[in-house]
Amino acid sequence: MAENKWTVNFEIYRQKGQGAPKFETFAMEVRPDEYVIDAVERIWAFHDRTLTYRHACHHSTCGACGMRVNGVEKLTCITAIQSITRNGGTVRVEPLRNFPVVSDLVVDMGKMYTRLEQVGFRTTVPLNEAPPPDSQGIQRDRGASTELERLVDCIECGMCISACPVPLTTPDYLGPAVLAGAQHRGLNQSSAQVLALVDSSDGVWRCHSAYECTAVCPSSVEPAWRIMDLRKQVVKERFKRIYG
Amino acid sequence: MSKPSVIIIGAGFTGVATAHDLAQRGVQVDVVERGPIANGTSGRTHGLLHSGGRYAVKDQESAIECIDENMILRKIVPEVIEPNGGMFVAVDESDLAYGEDFIEGTQACHIPIEEIKPEEALKMEPNLNPNLLAAFIVPDGTFDPLRLALSFAATAKSNGARFHTYTEVKNLLFDGKGNVTGVHVWDRTNGQERDLYADITINATGAWAGEIAAMAEVEVPVKPTPGVMVAYDRRLVERSINRLNKPGDGDIVLPQRRMVVVGTTSYSVDNLDYVPVIEEQIDQMLEQGAQMIPSIRQAKPRGVYTATRPLVGSGTSGRSIARTFKFFDHEESGVGGFVTITGGKATTLRLMAEQTADHVCEKLGVSTPCMTKETPLLSYRLFYSLPN
Repeated sequence: MAENKWTVNFEIYRQKGQGAPKFETFAMEVRPDEYVIDAVERIWAFHDRTLTYRHACHHSTCGACGMRVNGVEKLTCITAIQSITRNGGTVRVEPLRNFPVVSDLVVDMGKMYTRLEQVGFRTTVPLNEAPPPDSQGIQRDRGASTELERLVDCIECGMCISACPVPLTTPDYLGPAVLAGAQHRGLNQSSAQVLALVDSSDGVWRCHSAYECTAVCPSSVEPAWRIMDLRKQVVKERFKRIYG
Repeated sequence: MSKPSVIIIGAGFTGVATAHDLAQRGVQVDVVERGPIANGTSGRTHGLLHSGGRYAVKDQESAIECIDENMILRKIVPEVIEPNGGMFVAVDESDLAYGEDFIEGTQACHIPIEEIKPEEALKMEPNLNPNLLAAFIVPDGTFDPLRLALSFAATAKSNGARFHTYTEVKNLLFDGKGNVTGVHVWDRTNGQERDLYADITINATGAWAGEIAAMAEVEVPVKPTPGVMVAYDRRLVERSINRLNKPGDGDIVLPQRRMVVVGTTSYSVDNLDYVPVIEEQIDQMLEQGAQMIPSIRQAKPRGVYTATRPLVGSGTSGRSIARTFKFFDHEESGVGGFVTITGGKATTLRLMAEQTADHVCEKLGVSTPCMTKETPLLSYRLFYSLPN
């Protein structure tokens, strides 16, 4: 495996201010097992200091580096170059859809964060409420797990909102991340305002069941399933509030 | 009457925590950062909220800072922390021999530890090496690095601090007598350049501190020291697992969401803007990590990355340099209005900020005391919704 180098053309989406968007191509020498974010970072470090992009943790816990890679939402810090192209191939990198572009690959996710806050999406969860281990051979603490807490799976990367076909036609749609956040919180734990927010034409009923959100989620949150479950929660809460 | 003002260069842990501290004391704060929040070393931290156990034998000053700050962060920013504690485990005779020093050291640093039987440790963490010889419980935790930084930044913003991200300092501004009066910056989102002025400019650029200091022709003895970390795709432990021995490579395994992260190593580089992964060290992380958690071998690497620590001191070997942070008032070198804070570690970010702000406030004539120990931080999400 030593010194296995590929040349890959990175077509990077560029846009500054009100200027027209364009693509710029950078031929990069990469190792096949490097990640897309490594190439993007090297373009900035060695070729073009004007390039802007979002990133922080480089191992899929922060959710900052979601981008569209060859037309599909990818968390670029865990997307190995060899998983999406070959030697001499092309990788097109674009900002997430359905968010305003600030500059190049940077989008403004403020609205999503405001809504996540509105629905009271929790950031940590007791371990016994977290999803069970999903692989063989993984064992769970058999002692005091009810007292332990962990950070939730959702990393608020916005990729589900980018992949969803609905916001393209209805920009006010709350979107999968927010609805999944409300589901995770539980409507029985939420205020009447949250119920009204999700039980609206731009809320849980706007979903067309495309399931693109679940397909691109890098953290196995399954937003689509959660939206379906949230519909059940809405109906249940409505009944409860009618009959007391 | 205008408020006293500072410019902070760098929105890593040091910068955002200092912004919060100073904004709360009524100082007008502008933070300039060439990328997004915590895009350098801070964002790529492994995320261990240190109990101090790791430093209790060799570097007790750091150890005491860690345990004290650990307890404070749990209180002021619980939403980004997994508070589950950690273990130091012995898997060979050398580890076992270190145990005595460890007990002594942690006692000297008031770090509460509890020795448990190997059977009990295995019950708590079933994926531990079944041949472990000894285990100690410590009050470690893990945190989400970006969200920790954003929580400080959001709270700073709520107190009037302004954050200029994607804004790179091209050079410092001087008053003609050698004192710094501000920064000349380049907004990378639109290409525009402008000047920002303040009473004091704080260089909080961590591993890059030497590069900014050079703009004022002063030196800071920071030794950038990268390390490799590997995230695996299974959450094999619920607590941080540390090797019961003197700090070495690959001796920490941390849970994070559905992953574990194994770290780290220690080497040196010339170019800080892109630090490549040293491939052999990926295997090294697996070998070292598997000595404590053998089932790492059944997991797949999910992310491999490096972070560059800003170690301070003039020693030669990376690991033995004290991790304690250092504050430099460049007035002592004839450059007024310009200070540097660097070194330290993520767990001590609040303390670094407090001590920096104390010095800066004294220079500014601000007498308001530090309040950050008792102030719960706002939700990190508010960073994106509060006005700048």
